[in-house]
Amino acid sequence: MLNFTEKTKQSFNIVADHLLAKLEKNEAANVNLHAEESLFVRFNANKVRQNTHVEQRSLTLTLQKDGKTANISFSITGEVDEDKQRVEFWLDQARQECALLPEDPYQVAIVNNGTSDNTFKGSLLKDEDVIKAITTPAAGADFAGLYCAGPIISANKNSAGQSHWFATENFFVDYSLYMGEKAVKSIYAGTHWDQKAFDASIAQSKNQLSLMDRPKKVLQPGAYRTYLAPGAVAELASMFSWGALSFNAHKQGGSALMKLADKEKSLSPLFNMRENYGMGLTHRYNSLGELAPETLGLITKGQLDSYVISSRSAKEYGVQSNAGDSHEGPRAMEILPGALKKDDILKELGTGLYLSNLHYLNWSDRLNARITGMTRYACFWVENGEIVAPIADLRFDESLFDCLGENLLAVTDFQEVDPMVSTYESRALGGKKVPGMLIKDFKFTL
Amino acid sequence: MDLQRTLHTLKGSADWVSLRHVTEKTTYRMVRDEKPDRNVISFDQGVMVEVLVNGHFGFSGTSDLSGTGIKRALDKAIMMAKAASSHKVHNFSVDQRPVAQGSYKSPVVKPLDSFSAKEISDIFVDATRAMKVSDKIVSRSATAMIVETHFHTVTSSGSDFEQSFSIVNTDFSATAAAGGETQTRSDSGGLARCLQVGAEVFDRASILERSKKLAEEAVELLSAENCPDTSMDLLLAPDQMTLQVHESIGHPLEYDRILGDERNYAGWSFVKPDDFGHLQYGSKLMNVTFDPTIEDALASYAFDDSGHPATKEFLIHNGLLVRGLGGLESQSRLNLPGVANSRSSSWNRAPIDRMANINLEPGTSKLEDMIASVERGVFMLANKSWSIDDYRNKFQFGCEYGKLIENGKLTKTVKNPNYRGTTVKFWNNLKAVSENRETFGSPYCGKGEPNQVIRVGHTTPYCLFADVEVFGA
Repeated sequence: MLNFTEKTKQSFNIVADHLLAKLEKNEAANVNLHAEESLFVRFNANKVRQNTHVEQRSLTLTLQKDGKTANISFSITGEVDEDKQRVEFWLDQARQECALLPEDPYQVAIVNNGTSDNTFKGSLLKDEDVIKAITTPAAGADFAGLYCAGPIISANKNSAGQSHWFATENFFVDYSLYMGEKAVKSIYAGTHWDQKAFDASIAQSKNQLSLMDRPKKVLQPGAYRTYLAPGAVAELASMFSWGALSFNAHKQGGSALMKLADKEKSLSPLFNMRENYGMGLTHRYNSLGELAPETLGLITKGQLDSYVISSRSAKEYGVQSNAGDSHEGPRAMEILPGALKKDDILKELGTGLYLSNLHYLNWSDRLNARITGMTRYACFWVENGEIVAPIADLRFDESLFDCLGENLLAVTDFQEVDPMVSTYESRALGGKKVPGMLIKDFKFTL
Repeated sequence: MDLQRTLHTLKGSADWVSLRHVTEKTTYRMVRDEKPDRNVISFDQGVMVEVLVNGHFGFSGTSDLSGTGIKRALDKAIMMAKAASSHKVHNFSVDQRPVAQGSYKSPVVKPLDSFSAKEISDIFVDATRAMKVSDKIVSRSATAMIVETHFHTVTSSGSDFEQSFSIVNTDFSATAAAGGETQTRSDSGGLARCLQVGAEVFDRASILERSKKLAEEAVELLSAENCPDTSMDLLLAPDQMTLQVHESIGHPLEYDRILGDERNYAGWSFVKPDDFGHLQYGSKLMNVTFDPTIEDALASYAFDDSGHPATKEFLIHNGLLVRGLGGLESQSRLNLPGVANSRSSSWNRAPIDRMANINLEPGTSKLEDMIASVERGVFMLANKSWSIDDYRNKFQFGCEYGKLIENGKLTKTVKNPNYRGTTVKFWNNLKAVSENRETFGSPYCGKGEPNQVIRVGHTTPYCLFADVEVFGA
């Protein structure tokens, strides 16, 4: 009997080919598949709050006809006969859309960008074993979080003969341990469940939590020497995906890195960011099936190397695409390491703040790349290289041009992977790889 | 699909079974600089099978609507509910799933299908053209997100209820740039204009007038001074009050946050169970309701996803916290009264506590009198930045447009107006509430593990707060 991935591959190939064969001479089409079979188990106080199993498949059809573009997404079932009827219905709807819409001047021609076929088989927990595997090592702790696992599939075909298939079986446990209001957070993720590794992750979190068993130190607003651990840097770096590196946003006045692009401002020579698909966190092809370069420098030695540019923007503005997807954000972001060794972090920090994580970031002044947000989880006050106490939450309001500019003192020589754990509507692929950073005068306001 | 028939063909060892069939068609129409930018239709459908086994609810959703697909989902739900029941957080019963029968439909004057893609596109092209008020305008966009969704639930205990929602969210936005400055004005904040309505919302004259005005304001902001950095009176318009209510009242009062379910993702709450009936959340002018009965508000409905009938309830009365936002499961866990707000984003997610329509009741002040009462203050409109801590205490919000209030009059326009504070202190400084109010909302309230985006509505008056820290860029 075929498993979910095998069955989906078989039915997708038949159904997508059926759709493409129905096209008329003046039509071209691109088809994307998302499919997943997921188990979600939500925990609170090391008990199960909710468990949800989800099996879902959807197709996204882009039809081009007479210079018009229609995009339609729809659910499919995995059953070939039913899905053939559905694609015929939605192809007809797409034709009706094209008839009503104005011409699309920035339509990107559908061409054959090649073929790829990758299936990564994992070794996941059996569904019925999940709860024991999670709750046993967490016993005695106030454990809250989410276990998520199963196959996830992305595939693409188009009328020019292009074909991509990417399937993987992965999992994550995104969790926190609590001591009253104090907490530490960790993510255990991968493709092969290793109970010993998960037990070790929980044990490490319990150890970190014991460091917090001291009264909280309440700090006044001000500028503090601050170490951002990789988890905190990952949160900060997520803002680069929020329009900052989008070429389209730049042209429309919405990029927070406008002053970097115009060389009015610069970041530190210690700051280097690139796209790196070699990390293996997601596939290289975008929704048009275009292959992004294996690596792409975005910010090198503090200077903007390249925005992320989609083919649609490239056509609109007469520049070269680098196979960005429509949102034009990094999909495989890496911030390169520096020279600060793990054992020297507290010594180099001296007296200041050690921040494990940040929370709820937003632009407070986009033009000046200024961001506000909160400290969260294991955050400590450090004096003379020694952790003194956990801190009461602080709000920061800080420009990237300052904290990643002349105030960036050092970057760690190690990086950590921050896997994508977003599950809005469906499970996402991807993630980031980032180091820790030591920063002078990080500004806290409340 | 015939949901009752499907339910009756299912056989399994659950104590109670529910099927929730959801179809949702979402249409995006976007025009930028008079050209089509994004035209996307998304049609999603599936069934959520929910079971009660050994006092634990289990869920399994599938887009395979065949009998085999739904039976497979039932078996999965039962298997996992059994496995989890020995580690369940609470012993639930079918009392948390009351028998519900009936239907709900959004009030619609002009059906959505009476308005074609071409008609919307034509209006939006004209709207972006209307924004061309200056060479300094660098980007102009018009967006509509049109949603037609239908929820149908049947249960083994006899529930059978259907709810159909017709929703239109619109946004019109202009960005002006000159001399190294960039400013954007939108139509009350990104997609804040979202209502349960029909095609009557596509009123050409109103759209063109609003579009032109916001483009003029974007240009005006280029030469405006920054909002001063100081503490002063703060007058907030309903399109910013929407966000203020959402973040600093709605979320902290959600029982699943208070219970800690949400701690690992969006966070906890500063509100404790003992605070209900005791905490003076704000000044005596503050009256907040959970109200699913507002006719066109985004999160109006007759039943929540557990079948609980939705009624208007006071959450905060004369500033005193009296009730929280929790569905029947959370009410059972906390032994506190709540509301009908157990809601899921779609067929593929389990219901959790959601705020729905959270409204500030009107006061007795006239807006002009509120302005006249201020010696030195600032008036802020339209949210553009939001951030609040995981206990919903320390917040910082930014707006698109501000006006100084000096000696009882609106004077200079100020750019980049921001303010920050802490929740209870801020609300206790509420010193006037207008008699008129407006309805806004958001289609994008994110919460839950697995994550869910849900629609919320907020109807609020103008509010005046004393002694707030404000600042510019």
